[in-house]
Amino acid sequence: MATLTDEVEMLRKIPLFAGIDPGKLKLLAFASDRKVYKAGQSLFKQGEVGDAAYVIVDGVADVVVETDAGEVVVANLGKDEFIGEISILCDVPRTATVRATEELHTLKIKKEHFLGLVTQVPELGVEVMRELASRLSKTTAELGEARRELSAAKTC
Amino acid sequence: MIIPAVIEQEVLMERNLLKYVWRHSRSDQLWMLVVILASMPTYFLSLELPKRIVNEPIQGVGFENPGDTGFFLQMHLPFGETLFGRPIMLFEGFEFERIGFLWALSITFLALVVANGLFKLYINTYKGRMGERILRRLRYELFDRVLRYPLSRFRRTRASEIASMIKDEVEPMGEFIGDAFTQPLFLGGQALVALLFIFLQNVYLGIATMIVIAFQAWLIPILRRRLIELGKQRQIAARQFAGRLGEVVEGIQEAHTNDTTNYERAEMTSILGRLFFIRFELFQRKFSVKFINNLLIQFLSFFFYAVGGYLAIRGTLDIGQLLGVIVAYKDLPAPVRGLIDHDQKRLTVEVRYAQIIEQFTGDELQPKELHQVPDTDVPHINQGYEVSRLGVEDDSGSKLIESATVNIGKSEKVAVVGGFGSGASTFTEVLARVQPATSGKITLDDKPLEDQPEHMLGRRVSFLDGSTYFPQGSVFDTLTYVLKNQPNNPEAVDSNLDNLTKLERKRSANFHLEFDTDWIDYERAGVTNVEELKERLREVLTDVQMEEDIRALGLRGSLDPEEFPELASALLEARKIFRDRLVELNFDEFVEPFDPEKYNTQSSVGENLLFGTAVAKGFEPDALPGNEIIRKILDDNALHEPLFKMGKEVASTTLELFGDLDPENPFFDQLSYMDPDDLPVYKEILSKIGDQPLASITENQRSLIMRLSLSYIEEQNRLGLLTEDLQEKILLARKALREKLETLPVMPIAFYETDTYNSAASIQDNVLLGRVSNTVAEGYERVSAAIRDLLDELELTDDVFRMGLTFNIGSGGKRLSETQRQKLHLARALLKNPDVLVANQALNSLSVREQSDMIEMVFRRAESKPDGNKMGVIWAPMQPGFAEMFDRILIFEGGELVEDDTAERVVSESQRYKQLTG
Repeated sequence: MATLTDEVEMLRKIPLFAGIDPGKLKLLAFASDRKVYKAGQSLFKQGEVGDAAYVIVDGVADVVVETDAGEVVVANLGKDEFIGEISILCDVPRTATVRATEELHTLKIKKEHFLGLVTQVPELGVEVMRELASRLSKTTAELGEARRELSAAKTC
Repeated sequence: MIIPAVIEQEVLMERNLLKYVWRHSRSDQLWMLVVILASMPTYFLSLELPKRIVNEPIQGVGFENPGDTGFFLQMHLPFGETLFGRPIMLFEGFEFERIGFLWALSITFLALVVANGLFKLYINTYKGRMGERILRRLRYELFDRVLRYPLSRFRRTRASEIASMIKDEVEPMGEFIGDAFTQPLFLGGQALVALLFIFLQNVYLGIATMIVIAFQAWLIPILRRRLIELGKQRQIAARQFAGRLGEVVEGIQEAHTNDTTNYERAEMTSILGRLFFIRFELFQRKFSVKFINNLLIQFLSFFFYAVGGYLAIRGTLDIGQLLGVIVAYKDLPAPVRGLIDHDQKRLTVEVRYAQIIEQFTGDELQPKELHQVPDTDVPHINQGYEVSRLGVEDDSGSKLIESATVNIGKSEKVAVVGGFGSGASTFTEVLARVQPATSGKITLDDKPLEDQPEHMLGRRVSFLDGSTYFPQGSVFDTLTYVLKNQPNNPEAVDSNLDNLTKLERKRSANFHLEFDTDWIDYERAGVTNVEELKERLREVLTDVQMEEDIRALGLRGSLDPEEFPELASALLEARKIFRDRLVELNFDEFVEPFDPEKYNTQSSVGENLLFGTAVAKGFEPDALPGNEIIRKILDDNALHEPLFKMGKEVASTTLELFGDLDPENPFFDQLSYMDPDDLPVYKEILSKIGDQPLASITENQRSLIMRLSLSYIEEQNRLGLLTEDLQEKILLARKALREKLETLPVMPIAFYETDTYNSAASIQDNVLLGRVSNTVAEGYERVSAAIRDLLDELELTDDVFRMGLTFNIGSGGKRLSETQRQKLHLARALLKNPDVLVANQALNSLSVREQSDMIEMVFRRAESKPDGNKMGVIWAPMQPGFAEMFDRILIFEGGELVEDDTAERVVSESQRYKQLTG
C-alpha cells in the first residue's frame, strides 16, 4: 500500500508540481484522498459543479464530450496527468465527462486545498498559468486547423 | 334564537375559581368540614393534657398526701358553672393513685396524639386528592377547549404559551383547592372564639380589638390592589417568556443561520428583566403588607399591656380579667394571620385562574356534539359539496374569496388552479374546514359544512397540504395515526381496567375512552388485523415510491436479538453469505471484514486492539491511553515502546506538515486526529521529552502521545508507520486483552464476533461486520445495495421493511427528508380511504415528474377503494399544467371563481389557462 512518501513522488512527476517545495507537496498528498474507479465509472460528469481535481496515479481514462450527435471522446488521459483543474479554478461547470476505461487509481485534491496551495506557493500559480497558456495555444492551433478543414470541406 | 342554557354554560367557563371549586367539590368540601370539626376535641385535648400531667401527677397538685387519689376521665359540662351556677358532673371517672394516674394520663395522651395524627393524615390526604381531582378536571377541560377552538385561533397563539398555561399556571391551584373553603372557616372560627373570649372578659378591650381588626380588614385590600395587578403582569410576562422560549427552540436553525443568537439573547434578557422587576416589586409589596399586619397585631399587645395595665393599676379592671384577656389574645394573632395568608393565596390563585379562563373563553368554540364519538357507522359522502356565494376573509378582514358558487359531486376529479393569492388554495382549505367561510353557504351532503361532525370530515375527507409536522414516533405510528378515531371494543378494554382508574376518570369528568388499547380502524384500511395492515402499508408506501426508503431505514435501524431471535440468526446467515461472496462481487479489495486473526487496516490501532465496541466507561477511544488494563497489556506484549515511538513519529510528521500553517487553513479539515490548537502542545512535548525513555515521561505527556498512535489508521493517514511486526504484536495483544477482559465480572466490550449479533450496531453493519475503504469510488453505496439485494434474495425483505416501520422519525419527523415527509403525508391520506381527497399545494418538494406520477397514482387508487366507492379528488396543484390530468378545472382569479368547465374545454379554449400555464 502506498504511503505518503510514494504519493509525494507521484505528485512530483507531474510537471505542474515539479518545482514545488517537497514539504508543501507532502501536505498536499496528506490532504488528498486516494480514489479507485472501476472501468466505466465516471470521475465527474459534464455540467456538474466541480469540487476537486485529480491526479492519475495509474490507469487510463477517456475525456468525453456530450454533443447533440452523442458522445465524442476528445482525449485519453494516462498516468501522471492532472485533470479537472479548470472547473475548480474558475468556477465553471465541468466541460467534459471523465470516465475510467480500465481500473483507475487517482489522487483526489479538493478545490479548497488546491486553491489554498496556489495562494501560498507563487511558483505553483505561475506553473498553473504556464500550463493553461500552453493548453490554450494548443487549442487555438487546433481550432485554426479545424476551421481550415471545415472551410476546405465546404469548398469541395 | 334561544340558546339552550347548557350550551351557554358550556361556552362560558366559570370565571370565579371559588365557584368553580364549589360546583365540582361541594360534597367533598362539606365532608371535610365535618371531619375537621370532629377532629377538634382530640386536638384540644391533646394540647390540654400535658399541662394536667405536669400539674397533677408530677407536681402533685391534688396528691398532697400519700394515698390521695385522682379521678380519671371525670367530665363536667362545659360552662356549667356560668350557666347553672354550679359545676355539673357528667361522668364521675375512674379513681387512680398518683402513679396509676400518671400512667392513665400518659397513655391517654399517647392515644390522643395517635388519633390526632390519624385525623391529620386523613384530612391532608383527602384535601390533596380533592385538589388533584379538580386540577385534573380543569386541565382536561382546558385541553378539551384547545381541541375545539377553530384552527385560525392557533395562528395567533403560541403553542408553548398554551402548554405553559395548562401545565404550569394551573399547578398552584391544586394546593389551594383543598383549603379553599375549610381553611377560612376553620381559622375564622378560631379567631371568633378568641374574640368572643376577650369580649367576655372586658367589653372595651373587645371593642378595641374589633376596631384594630376592622382597620386591618379595610387597609389590607387597599394595599393589595397593586399586588393583584402585579400578579396579572407576572403571569402574562411568564407566559410570554415560555412562549418565546418555545419559539426560539423550535426555530433554532434560523437563529444560527442568520446570526441572530445575540438578538435572541437580548430579547430574553429584556423579558427576564421585566419579569425580575415585576417579581421584585411583588415581593416588596408582599412583605410590606406582612409588616403592617404584624405591626397592627403587635399594637394590640401594646394596647393590652399599657392600657389594660393602667386600668388594672387604677383598679377599673381586675388582674384576673386582664390575664384572661392576654391569654385569650395569645390565640388571636395566629388564626388572623392565617386568614390573611389564606386570603393572599386566594387572591393570587384567583387572578391566575381568571387570566387563564380569559384565554380559553370565546364564542367561536366548536360545539361538543361535533366531537362526539359516533355510535353507528359513519356514513359515506353521498352527494358532495354545494357551495353558494361563498366569501372568505382572513384575520385582517381582507377578502380571500368572493361570492363563489359551485357544486362538486362526490367522485369528481377537479383541479383548482389560479395564481398566487387567487383564492384557489383557500378554496381547498374551506372544503376541508381548515379555513372557515365568512359568508355564503357551503354544504356537504346537504348539511352545512360547519355543522358536520368531526368524524364525517375526519374520516371521509383527507386533506393534504405542504406542511409536514409529525410528532415523534415510528413510521408505523405516523401512518396509522389517521386510523385512530375510536378504540376497538372499548367495553372489553374497560372491563380489564381497575375500578380506581375508571372512578377517578369519572370524578374528574375526564374522557371516557381508554387510551392504552388498540385504536386502529382496520376495516377502514380494508384489512382485518395488524399483519394485513402492514402489508397494506407496504402497498401504499410502494405507491408513493417510498418502500425502498423504508427498507433503507430498516437497515439503518438496530434490532434487539432477544426480541427477534429468528431475524437475528437469519442476519447472521446473511453475514456469512456476504463474506463468502466478497470475492465474487469484487468487493474484496475495499471491504475488510473483521477477522479475529487479521489486522484491519481500515480501523485504528486502538480499535484493532479492542476488536469491538466499548459498552462500558473507560474503553472509549479517548479513554484508552489512560486505561490501566490496556496499559498492562501493552507492557506485557512489548508494544508500549513501539507505539510510543509511533505516536512521536505521528506528532513530528504532523508538526512538519502543519506547523507553519495558519489555524484557519483549509488543510486542517483533513487532519482528523488533532486540532490546530493542539499543535503547540505537541511541539512543546516533543521538545521536552526528546529521546527520553518511556519510563521517565509524565503520565499526561504519555497519554497525549499514545492517543495519536492508538487513533492512527494506516489506510487513511498513510505515514507508513505500521510494520508487519507491529501488526502481529497487536494481534497477540488483542488475544491477551480478551482473555484478561473475560475474567472481569462485567464485559466492557462488545466484541466483533462472526457468530454473534451485535445489538449496538445497525442491521447493515451487522451483515457487513467490517469496514469499507473510502478509497473506492461509491464503495459504501455499492456495499449497501449489495446487502439489500442479498437480504431480498434470502427473503428477508419483509422483515427489513417491518424493521423500517419501527424506525423513529424524530421530533417533528426531522430524521426524514422533506420529500419523504410529504410522501408519508400522502401515504397516510390514502391509507384512510377517504371519499374525497382534498390537496392544496401538496408534494411541493417533489420533482415535477414525481408530482405528476403521484397524481396519476392517486387516480388509480381512486378507482379501487376497498369499500367499493370511487374516491373524489379535489387538487390545487403546484403546477397549473397538472390540471390537464383532471376531468374538470376551476380557475380562480383575484378571489373570484372565473371559470368552471371540463378540462378538455378549459385546456383548448381558455385564455386564462393558457396564461397560467404559459
